[in-house]
Order: sequence, then structure tokens, then C-alpha cells
Amino acid sequence: MSEPKAEHNPKRGDFTDRFVKSLAKSARAMSKLLPIIIGALLLVSLFNSLIPKSFYIRFFRKSLLVDPIIGSVIGSVSAGSPLTSYILGGEFLKNGVSLGAVTAFLVAWVTVGMIQLPAEIMILGRRFAIARNVTAFILAILVGIFTMLVMRIV
Amino acid sequence: MLKMRHKMKRIGGEWYFLSTVVLLYVLVFFVDNSFFSKSVDFFVDIMAKMLPIFVLVFALMTVANLVINQRVVTKYFRKPGVMKWFFVIFAGILSTGPIYLWYPLLAELRDKGVGYGYLAAFLYNRAIKIPLLPVAIFYFGLKYIIVLTLIMIVCSVVQGVLINRLVPSET
Repeated sequence: MSEPKAEHNPKRGDFTDRFVKSLAKSARAMSKLLPIIIGALLLVSLFNSLIPKSFYIRFFRKSLLVDPIIGSVIGSVSAGSPLTSYILGGEFLKNGVSLGAVTAFLVAWVTVGMIQLPAEIMILGRRFAIARNVTAFILAILVGIFTMLVMRIV
Repeated sequence: MLKMRHKMKRIGGEWYFLSTVVLLYVLVFFVDNSFFSKSVDFFVDIMAKMLPIFVLVFALMTVANLVINQRVVTKYFRKPGVMKWFFVIFAGILSTGPIYLWYPLLAELRDKGVGYGYLAAFLYNRAIKIPLLPVAIFYFGLKYIIVLTLIMIVCSVVQGVLINRLVPSET
């Protein structure tokens, strides 16, 4: 009787290969992300004491319904990495802006894409792009109000 | 000289950004030493709190890269019923890279008969950024991020259903 051969398992080899590739991809993504995060946090640390607390508050009216709308408008017309929105949102909260307004601002920042709207229209169609952005704007306001109410309960 | 220029080209914009901020700190150090110390203390405090979360995020990103790729997205986007919604949500959350890189794939899926609502839900869930969770948790707390994420997932389906009604599929 011949001895069983130690056969190469192609499935296991394939998984190891994919895992190493995933690890390398994550490392590449992290290496691109970390300098931005560190740089942004260094800037936040620097400007933390420089920005007057009254700067952002003037846009908001301390209203449960109006402030999320204002937050959603500011978030919709702003552009940049979501990281910037977190940092700004955190500062808004510290300066007395309501949680509903800050949430609407954060959600609109990442779901309403005014900057990429022309590209979205060209590739996915005008009707879809406009309907998606309008509903995202309205939902940002609703998410803001609803999140604030849920946070009061939980 | 050419070699030097080639090396400079390989350095990404993110490193230029970090270098500029570090230079700003050097400037502040010479102008106002106490302001510099206060800023550095604040930064060290934030980073110490975020480091453990970065490790977790790295592990999550590796799993996401292992599971989600454009071939898998194309396959599961065509599944019927509730399973499709689940897949759209997870694919949206776990997908990486700039949003405009996904537009051509979404256009292709639309041409293959995938409804606009699923595309909208996929894009909505891309707003949930796993790699940026450490910063989000640091500023808003874990409880808030969990609540917001769950509400956003529900809203992505609401938007998907709305878009399916507002923008009927072309095929």
C-alpha cells in the first residue's frame, strides 16, 4: 500500500493568499488614513482654544425643529472627509448646539453630495441623483430629531 | 535629480498635509511655548484614548476587504427579496474607497435590472464609516454611535423604498 501523499489544499492556499492581500490592503488604507487623522487631530488640538465658543452657536436657534434643518443645510453644502464633520460636530456639541442639529449636520455631510452631484447625474441619471439627494436631505433632518429623542430615552 | 523627483511623486498628499501641520507646530513652539505645550498635551490625550480602537478598526477593515469586493457585490445585488436588502446594507457599510469609484459599478448593476432603490440604500450605508469609528466614538460616545448607526440603517431602507417608487427601474 502506498503512503497517502501530503496534498496541497488549493482552497486553503487561496484563502491564505486572499487574507494576506486583505491585510496588505488594510495596511495601505490605514497608512493613507493615519497621517490625515493625526494631522487633523493636531490641528484640532491647536485650534481648540483659538476658536471663540460663540462662532457656531450664532447659526442655531435652540429650536427642536429648526436647528436640525439648519444642521442639514450646513452639512449639505459642506465638503470634505467625514473626519472633518466629526471634528466640527464634536465642537458644535461642546459649544451648546443641540444633538439633533449636530446629528443632522453629520448625516447630511455624508449622505447629501452636492460636490459629486454632477458626476452622479452623468453616471446614474438626473432623476435618480436629484431624488436621492433630496430624500437624503429630508432624512438627515428626521434622523437628527429621532436620534435626539431616542438618546433621551436610552 | 530625476530620481529625487520620482520619489517626491510617490509621497502622497496625506504626508504633505501632516508635514505642514508639524511645521505649524514648530512655528508655534517658537512663538508661544505654553500654547504649544497645551496643544501637545491635548493631542496626546486624544491619541491615547483612540489607539485601542484603531487596532479593532484595522481588524474589521481586513475582514471587510476579505469578504467584500466588486465581484461579490455584483453577485449578491441580484439576490431576491429581504436578503438583497441585508446584503445592500452590509456591502454599503463595508465598502471602501471614494464614492465615485463605485458609480460605474452601480450603473452596470442598474443596466442589469437592479432597482434604483437598492443603489440608493447602498450609497446611504456608505455614510457609516468603520475606519473612522475611533474618532466618531471619541467625540460622541459609543452609545450615540450605536443608536445613530441603527437609525441610519433603517433610514437607508426607507430611502431605498422611496427611491424605488420615485424612480422606477428602466428594465
